Amino acid sequence: MEIDPFIFRLSIFILSIFIGYYVVWSVTPSLHTPLMSVTNAISSVIIVGAIIAGLSGDSQNIFNSSSVFGFLAIFLAAINIFGGFLVTQRMLKMYKNKNK
Amino acid sequence: MSENLSAIFYLISGILFILALRGLSSPQTSRQGNFFGILGMIIAITVTFLSIGNFSSGFIYVLIFLLAGGLIGTLIAYKIPMTAMPELVAGFHSLVGLAAVFVAISAFLNPEAFNLGSPGKIKLLSLVEMSIGGVIGAITFSGSVIAFLKLRGIMSGSPITFKGQHYINLLLGITIIVLIFYLCNTQSESIFWRMIGISFLLGFLLIIPIGGADMPVVISMLNSYSGWAAAGIGFTLENTALIITGALVGSSGAILSHIMCKGMNRSFFNVILGGFGATEQPSSSKHKDSKPVKSGNAEDAAFLMKNASSVIIVPGYGMAVAQAQHALREMVDTLKKNDIKISYAIHPVAGRMPGHMNVLLAEANVPYDEVFELDEINNDFANADVAFVIGANDVTNPVAKTDPQSPIYGMPVLDVEKCKSILFVKRSLSPGYAGVDNELFYRDNTLMLFADAKKMTEDITKNL
Repeated sequence: MEIDPFIFRLSIFILSIFIGYYVVWSVTPSLHTPLMSVTNAISSVIIVGAIIAGLSGDSQNIFNSSSVFGFLAIFLAAINIFGGFLVTQRMLKMYKNKNK
Repeated sequence: MSENLSAIFYLISGILFILALRGLSSPQTSRQGNFFGILGMIIAITVTFLSIGNFSSGFIYVLIFLLAGGLIGTLIAYKIPMTAMPELVAGFHSLVGLAAVFVAISAFLNPEAFNLGSPGKIKLLSLVEMSIGGVIGAITFSGSVIAFLKLRGIMSGSPITFKGQHYINLLLGITIIVLIFYLCNTQSESIFWRMIGISFLLGFLLIIPIGGADMPVVISMLNSYSGWAAAGIGFTLENTALIITGALVGSSGAILSHIMCKGMNRSFFNVILGGFGATEQPSSSKHKDSKPVKSGNAEDAAFLMKNASSVIIVPGYGMAVAQAQHALREMVDTLKKNDIKISYAIHPVAGRMPGHMNVLLAEANVPYDEVFELDEINNDFANADVAFVIGANDVTNPVAKTDPQSPIYGMPVLDVEKCKSILFVKRSLSPGYAGVDNELFYRDNTLMLFADAKKMTEDITKNL
């Protein structure tokens, strides 16, 4: 019997939780705020689903009920992506050591 | 673009996200890490466009919404003051949550676009996955909105509790699971909407009983939720980048919640159930007036610090409220000119979100190698001449080590009392968030400086 592709996705998911566990424990506590803002930005990769939904309408009917939700989700996720990465960058620029 | 090729690119973008978090292990590598994150995002979005291939009709609208959102996000990122980071992050969480809900709705209404079957005949597994993504997304959204309102001060930070609250939440949780089960059987649209609606309500009810100072845990927890919501949608879309990211963000938020709970010596469950800090402790405020307190002015403080050889600064949320961080840095600069050794001691739950105090100090140009965590610096208090406590309270209370009856007993605290002398900047003798009187106020080696933190710091600088 062939293995269901779901099992592969589940494997990726569980292994990623372990990677996340070890990577996040190694984040220095002084960078916990940038950690939160950058995780915010990367979780907005959900925009890929929004783009698929937004492009699901055909040329006669660009705004069907499904694609409208897609467009709204693109808008929200885009705020997060730009806002999240840029505010993280702004914070990280401020961290200086004595020599600088 | 072929399915396999795009899957490989999604994997690459997932790996870049892992490297983005990895970069945060030290300030030197962090900026490169953020760059990896941006690169991963660009790859994911580009690959999505290429794999759809159909640029004709809706493409222009996709771009418009993308750029409109991007513009607003950019403006927010550059305008937001660093003191407002907690509410910004809460606000961003709500957006991720709502985006997850919208994607789940789109997928439910038009499953063909996502290869999930046709309306009314959606694959069972996909239906469960999108329900989980949508439900967690909705909880994240309404919960984060409440957290945002509380942090912003629009809503009172005091816990809102009522009888049977937890049973209602439990009942709503069970209802959602039952509705998912029915949804799988009937594929009914009305059940789908009801499920999403109840999830919004649950998110709202889960956060209202949690008090203002427990917000570091709440934000971390909602961070984690937004990750699990993304992962649920990732399973629905069969998208590796989204599954990896969801798992990373989910575990990141969970670890941060754990660290915050440990910093307060409270169990995660205890925080979630809420109500902490709702009742003032009458017993502790009763004999407050009877105990003698030494209070001083800026001159006394300046004299003490000038004659010290090492000073440890203990900043807390009050410093952020008073916007005193820049004034503090100026004071420290003057002290440094007199060859006085300065370090900063940060408690894990100082501020309203994990690492908040570090960002505020970094903004005021305090080098990060002068800032230390509790474990690193706690032994140094015994050798320091002066501890300068500004805006912190409960995290310095020795009662946490000595009095098993105290609500904060067992909480890790900074050993400020071991210093030769303690300067405590505070407006009044009022107890901190936990409602516990701070024993430190009445110590012989404590000098209370009753004033606004910013004004006092400026006055001390003038007297140095």
